[in-house]
Amino acid sequence: MSANYEERNRNYEDRQRGYEGDEEGDRGRGPGRGRRMHRRRICRFCIEKVDIIDFKDLRLLSNFVPERGKILPRRISGNCAIHQRMLAEAIKRARNIALLPYTTD
Amino acid sequence: MAGQRQYEVLFIVDPAADEDEVTKITDNFKQVITDQGGTVTKAESMGRRQLAYEILRKKEGTFVDLELEGSGKEIAELERRMRVNDRILRYLTVRMDEDRRRAEKFKNNRARKAAKRPFGSGQTGGRRATPDFAASEEASEA
Repeated sequence: MSANYEERNRNYEDRQRGYEGDEEGDRGRGPGRGRRMHRRRICRFCIEKVDIIDFKDLRLLSNFVPERGKILPRRISGNCAIHQRMLAEAIKRARNIALLPYTTD
Repeated sequence: MAGQRQYEVLFIVDPAADEDEVTKITDNFKQVITDQGGTVTKAESMGRRQLAYEILRKKEGTFVDLELEGSGKEIAELERRMRVNDRILRYLTVRMDEDRRRAEKFKNNRARKAAKRPFGSGQTGGRRATPDFAASEEASEA
């Protein structure tokens, strides 16, 4: 009984903090709760119907390369798998030809 | 096995080379391509620009972009020459025709889907035209 209580309590605290781990579980639990961390996923490239991502298009690519020079993960950008793959390819090509950095320190 | 392939070759010329030399090198490469039986479809200098990292102690370079069609033989020769040439800091060859075919396929698929569902969100094409409202409506219907 007391263990059960603790368990519940922990879940409650997790939600207060915006616990991300168990999205499916959070969804049904009432309006507004735990929704904060779950942003809508929209693929920019799908909306704009981009079929080819050009590795020379630095203005586009730099949107997906944060300060550190890494490729922005899909989890954050919300890109679909197809476009994320195309984007990653393009960024790697751009790196090879010194249009983008491999690392920045 | 359609014989013609499309390539894009981007190379960086030493910043010490002036404009005349860059055009000379570019013309030379174009000649090589045509000699090998390829055709140059685009040759464009992207101008001098900063390199994202140093190559051979150099911080900038002149970027030249070539697009060509051919069998692949001219690429072999072109790359060999670029490796030998001291003025070329780096080059990158990308095959374009496969990506372009894929893009064509995507386009056709979209057209087919749009034709199938005339009342669907055909105009915006994206999965959800108005993200927030569309999602909540779906949830309440289900």
